[in-house]
Amino acid sequence: MTTTLSDGRTVGQPPNERFPVRLPDRPTPVLDVRGYSFWYGLTQALFDVRVAIPRRAVTALIGPSGCGKSTFLRSVNRLNELIPHTRHSGDILLEGVSVFSKGTDPVALRREVGMVFQQPNPFPKTIFDNVAYGPRLNGLAPKRDIPERVEHALRQAALWDEVKDRLQTPGTGLSGGQQQRLCIARALANEPEVLLMDEPCSALDPGATQRIEELLVELKRSYSIVIVTHNMQQASRASDFTGFFYLGRLMEFGPTKQLFTRPADERTEAYITGRFG
Amino acid sequence: MNARRLRRRLVNGTMTALVGALSFVAVLALVLILGHLVAKGASSLDWNFFTKNPVPTGETGGGVAHAIVGSGIIVGLAALIGLPIGIGTGLYLAEYGSGRLGWVVRFVADVLNGTPSIVVGIFVWTWLVRPMGHFSAFAGSVALAILMVPMIARTTEELVRLVPHSLREAALALGYPRWRTSLRIVARTALAGILTGCLVAVARIAGETAPLLFTALGNVNFNTHIGEPMEALSLQIFQYATGPFDEWHRLAWASALVLMGLVLVLAILARWVLRSRHGAAR
Ligand SMILES: Nc1ncnc2c1ncn2[C@@H]1O[C@H](COP(=O)(O)OP(=O)(O)OP(=O)(O)O)[C@@H](O)[C@H]1O
Ligand SMILES: [Mg+2]
Repeated sequence: MTTTLSDGRTVGQPPNERFPVRLPDRPTPVLDVRGYSFWYGLTQALFDVRVAIPRRAVTALIGPSGCGKSTFLRSVNRLNELIPHTRHSGDILLEGVSVFSKGTDPVALRREVGMVFQQPNPFPKTIFDNVAYGPRLNGLAPKRDIPERVEHALRQAALWDEVKDRLQTPGTGLSGGQQQRLCIARALANEPEVLLMDEPCSALDPGATQRIEELLVELKRSYSIVIVTHNMQQASRASDFTGFFYLGRLMEFGPTKQLFTRPADERTEAYITGRFG
Repeated sequence: MNARRLRRRLVNGTMTALVGALSFVAVLALVLILGHLVAKGASSLDWNFFTKNPVPTGETGGGVAHAIVGSGIIVGLAALIGLPIGIGTGLYLAEYGSGRLGWVVRFVADVLNGTPSIVVGIFVWTWLVRPMGHFSAFAGSVALAILMVPMIARTTEELVRLVPHSLREAALALGYPRWRTSLRIVARTALAGILTGCLVAVARIAGETAPLLFTALGNVNFNTHIGEPMEALSLQIFQYATGPFDEWHRLAWASALVLMGLVLVLAILARWVLRSRHGAAR
């Protein structure tokens, strides 16, 4: 079975491996969303979303509360389908392969798509165990390599220096900002293709927020990041592309600079200038 | 303005005094029971009491080793059967029990929780003792396990429900299968509470007498074979306390003290588990 990417190339899918091809650093989309709609029961939360999320870049999703940003993120890793009475139409392709195809195991998919939540949610375990959970479970590394992986992930999340002497203390004993970086490290330890972040800074003070923004710049060298934020400054500072959601529709999508300086849609303009939302 | 404040103070004071008096009554009951048991039974607690089996009536110096060991075996086996089933049921109810089947299981558990223990004893007698043709410790354990399961299931369910949803989602988002999330994250997080619930349940059934009358029956001899009738502390208290001999009454008081002590130890252990676990998580 082969799939045609939006830029016209085709990618084969070997039968046993879900995500076989690490495509080169070319401007092909990592996520290709095709006419995606989503319903909670009878309420439609997303309407015909079409977007190509660029690879190795930070994409910010903005929009007023309740417009479907979280729903969109949680559709990519299929976390939403655990909610009873939900359904969708359309498709989302990760690396050219539908996340909804029969051959896609949602559990395997979630290893490829890391997620960081609004509230820091470390497990009530040691810092080390928090980060080691993913690799251990997924058999990503032989046992003796796990400490190395944990260190790597913690360094990537800019947390290593603060916790290296207390790896065996509970992760819940860290400060809020540290906990959130721990959660980022936990997601990174799985080496996902895509990192989804749902308002990761909303519970953090400006200092911790700034650290995470700096982190995004580092991380986008190796990961594709989609971040939901209510903070316009954050979106304009930290992202390369921005999408504006409104009432379940993606109204506008484009390079951040362009969207913030010359928005095509008047509602986008109204929202980013703070006239509503 | 002032009158309202006065009224509020008055109501507050009355209520505090009332609640204080009521808790004093509750504590007083426990103190009286314990004190009475100690006064009547403590003097009989000697080496013989714990190590000797009963001696023929008329002689002195016998003990209740057979009942202590018997209680240990019957309650231990009941816990072995009841804990996994109870915890498993509780997990199921909390994690997957939103449907019709969950409702039915929950209902059955609640009914079972309110069922008099003697009814459970008769039930086990009908379905286990009669077909097997004789009383046995095993049947006693089954009866006690049946009493434990709904208690543990409902406590486990409540505690698992308290685990924040965000933790569940964190595990799922890392690529944990659902059942593994339930076991490794959710159940582990609620573990201290679940353990406490189990200890409390064991303490509750350790003193049960009625369901054992129809199942384990009792035994004057030392027996460790679970296929045979076996003595238990509670049965032995029942028999000795209602018997005609002073020596028996003496042993009954002492046995009651031991049983009460056991329950107390379990309760303290339960507190301690909860405390130390919380301490570790902080
Ligand atoms: N579990 C659910 N069941 C039913 N409806 C839901 C559920 N979750 C979200 N919705 C609805 O779907 C719509 C989109 O919600 P969503 O959480 O995606 O918004 P959002 O853009 O993330 O908002 P916010 O910025 O406040 O986080 C809302 O109208 C919400 O009420
Ligand atoms: Mg949201």
